[in-house]
Amino acid sequence: MIFLNRCDKIRKKDGDIMKGYIHSTESCGTVDGPGIRFVVFFQGCPMRCLYCHNPDTWTPQTGEQMSVDEILKMYDSKAEFYKKGGITCTGGEPLLQIDFLIELFEKCHERNIHTCLDTSGITFNENPDYLKKLDRLLDVTNLVMLDIKHIDPEEHKKLTSQPNEMILKFAKYVDDKGIDMWIRHVVVPTITQNDQYLYQLGEFLATLQHIKALDVLPYHTMGIPKYENLGIDYPLKGIKPLDKKDAIAAREVIFKGMKNALSRH
Amino acid sequence: MTFKEKWNDAWDGFQAGKWNKEVNLRDFIQLNYTPYDGDDSFLVGPTQNTKDLWAQVMDLTKKEREAGGVLDMDTKVVSTLTSHDAGYLDRSKEKIVGVQTDKPFKRSLQPFGGIRIAEQACETNGYKVDPEISYIFREYRKTHNQGVFDVYTPEIRACRTAHIITGLPDGYGRGRIIGDYRRVALYGIDKLIEDKKNQLATSQTRMTSKVIQLREELSEQIRALGELKEMAAKYGIDISKPATNCQEAIQWLYFGYLGAVKEQNGAAMSLGRTSTFIDIYVERDLKNGVFTEEQVQEFIDHFIMKLRIVKFARTPDYNAIFAGDPTWVTESIGGVGVDGRHMVTKTSFRYLHTLSNLGTAPEPNMTVLWSTRLPANFKAFCAKTSIETSSVQYENDDLMRVTHGDDYAIACCVSSMRVGKEMQFFGARANLAKCLLYAINGGVDEKSKKQVGPKYRPVEGDYLDYDDVVSKYVDMMSWLAKVYVNALNIIHYMHDKYAYERIQMALHDREVKRYFATGIAGLSVVTDSLSAIKYAKVKCIRDEDGVVVDYEVEGDFPKYGNDDDRADEIAAWLVETFMDMVRQHHTYREGVPTTSILTITSNVVYGKATGSTPDGRKGGQPFAPGANPMHGRDSHGAISSLASVAKLPFKDAQDGISNTFTVVPGALGKDDEVFSGDLDIESIKGE
Repeated sequence: MIFLNRCDKIRKKDGDIMKGYIHSTESCGTVDGPGIRFVVFFQGCPMRCLYCHNPDTWTPQTGEQMSVDEILKMYDSKAEFYKKGGITCTGGEPLLQIDFLIELFEKCHERNIHTCLDTSGITFNENPDYLKKLDRLLDVTNLVMLDIKHIDPEEHKKLTSQPNEMILKFAKYVDDKGIDMWIRHVVVPTITQNDQYLYQLGEFLATLQHIKALDVLPYHTMGIPKYENLGIDYPLKGIKPLDKKDAIAAREVIFKGMKNALSRH
Repeated sequence: MTFKEKWNDAWDGFQAGKWNKEVNLRDFIQLNYTPYDGDDSFLVGPTQNTKDLWAQVMDLTKKEREAGGVLDMDTKVVSTLTSHDAGYLDRSKEKIVGVQTDKPFKRSLQPFGGIRIAEQACETNGYKVDPEISYIFREYRKTHNQGVFDVYTPEIRACRTAHIITGLPDGYGRGRIIGDYRRVALYGIDKLIEDKKNQLATSQTRMTSKVIQLREELSEQIRALGELKEMAAKYGIDISKPATNCQEAIQWLYFGYLGAVKEQNGAAMSLGRTSTFIDIYVERDLKNGVFTEEQVQEFIDHFIMKLRIVKFARTPDYNAIFAGDPTWVTESIGGVGVDGRHMVTKTSFRYLHTLSNLGTAPEPNMTVLWSTRLPANFKAFCAKTSIETSSVQYENDDLMRVTHGDDYAIACCVSSMRVGKEMQFFGARANLAKCLLYAINGGVDEKSKKQVGPKYRPVEGDYLDYDDVVSKYVDMMSWLAKVYVNALNIIHYMHDKYAYERIQMALHDREVKRYFATGIAGLSVVTDSLSAIKYAKVKCIRDEDGVVVDYEVEGDFPKYGNDDDRADEIAAWLVETFMDMVRQHHTYREGVPTTSILTITSNVVYGKATGSTPDGRKGGQPFAPGANPMHGRDSHGAISSLASVAKLPFKDAQDGISNTFTVVPGALGKDDEVFSGDLDIESIKGE
């Protein structure tokens, strides 16, 4: 996998201190996991989702280089606020920097800090070395937030530039380990706002045992200024933000798919 | 002293203790209140009477707005406790009565602070003070304002004009004093007079000026208590004896407060900490079947409605400083007792519930004394009320309880004081950002080019040097602290002399701890300026007179509001240093010096009066409010921003540190409508 090679390069610098490429941190995350959370945005992502609202996190090996201790120091000075929350790693795609992530989550785990991994699952593969690392990471991960972009393989490719086969396998892999999972799904008019696909997504979700939440996100256009700043054409020009009521309706379709699939068993 | 009569029938059902033998509200509350851990499901909506009365208030508010901001003003009758007959919204519907003049929305005439300001307040609103009243207050009855200006030095006047010291209460009521209005309800006026007479009888008789002042004040207090009884009698209510039920308790208490706002047009006329006190009466009445929940909520709704229509005659200048026409009727709710029990009662919920029953409003300023140990249901209710109304203020009880115990309240927005035992001499603010510019320019004002401060050596060269600027700044702050404290000494001496808060102080103990409050404006401007000088390069731009009037910042620098110690340590140093300078000076009546960082509303006018600063802020641009980081410079999220504020030393800013926090509801967390948390797969299957 091309991404793996790339991620291996982002390793030990400054002697023994590993550093990660970090886009930014947010001290008051309220929508990325339970409670108030310290959110670390990792730099670099192999996906090119048409509706991505963080295009500034795409390019790997840029951003600020930070050590695990530096991140934890920022966390510690505000730990009082995170008693019911914890730390969330998102991005970008945090799994691109899995070694760094393991070190960070292991240290969090030692100190009873709740860890949440927000991922697209795209880096998943069945290479034994990779699985060894992933197992180490999942051992110290309290919650996985998996963003399933599209249930249909062809449509997924169109939407994200990547296939979804390994993503769905990743979901099963995490689920088999008994780790709590939140599923996210962005409903975009003309792309994922489609009852057939939503229903299929529900059927897939019915195969997972440890889903604790379903987060149906209405598509928004707040990322557009970032595209303008970066001088990139915005691919979804003309598509209007989704109404909240349509997101609620979409959620019901997903639930219906789940329900029917479950009662068949 | 102990009362002659140790028990009163009105107290039957309450647990006896020290409070029934002496004035001791805290003892009464601690022995009798019932902490409530439940949720908000017991609350009831407004009655028809409440809706009708509120519609009337809304109608008057509309008329007032249409009339240009003031509906009616007294121009002939000087407001005192007994100056007006009873006034009503609708007597047949009001369960709690009393307005400031003889009718609602008519603003009273209060010239004791200064006749000139009272005249201006009338004139700018299209009214004219009766010439005879003007004559009396110009010729026969000296005011606070005149007293102050008789004594001011040229230096103080220059500082005032240049706005390096701003908002001084030298022409208006200082406020920030909370009478313990609960005492009226618990004891009735007769017992309070008995107590005050005893205080006078047992005061020293060696006639130093201190003793003379105290004895005169105690006599004034006794007289005011008698007048309060008269005032209530105009409404057909006898408050000489203790209140016998919760409706009376609210009414008695409100009369105490009403007396205060008839007598004083203070910059903040706060209510205290009354909800848990009232709850004791409510619990007794509900238990005995005297009233129903609907009735109790109606009393509270009508009480809060009265607090919402407190109004003062003010000038446009005044309203500019305070951003509107605030009265700061602050009510402190909740908190935790020193014995570890939280002090949330059902009436804490009922007070907050008025925001739903009457709709949202800035007054009274509902302030939750927040502790991590408040019951979860109450926290959830507060959060819900905040989201729905944006009208709740929060203060850190865990921090303040250490100093003030569990019967303190907030005056204005953040000034904490034990109710009836501590008061404050309100001191406006020193503009520390302007002071930094004086340090750079050797005391020359950057706007008027006048020599306002001492003629110290200005900075030389094109670039600012950190050590040089800091050393000059320390000298200039030291000068400013001296001028500032002296101005306040004059002001409070004269306020006591010519505009003494008789009824509010009658509802205090004899031995009162007086906080001598100062305040600072421009904290984040100075912090970022010094940080820019230290960590970036700041070039001076001089005008033709050689005065530095602008700055160019080259490079980036750590900014206050990002939980970055490099900047935050400068902020903490600034607060500590200025406070220590204030402490070096004599204060009137052994006032205990404190400072505050709370320019919630006046940051715009302070900014207007201040030239460009070395942090890159341009001349005239607003400061950040209170202890807030400068707008847009906190880039690491809300908690980092709050963490910077939290590093400011409370011991050196005991009068309070404020941070104005605005957040869109969506940023507070997931909307339940789109987000399904705690999914139970089995239940989906079973549906």
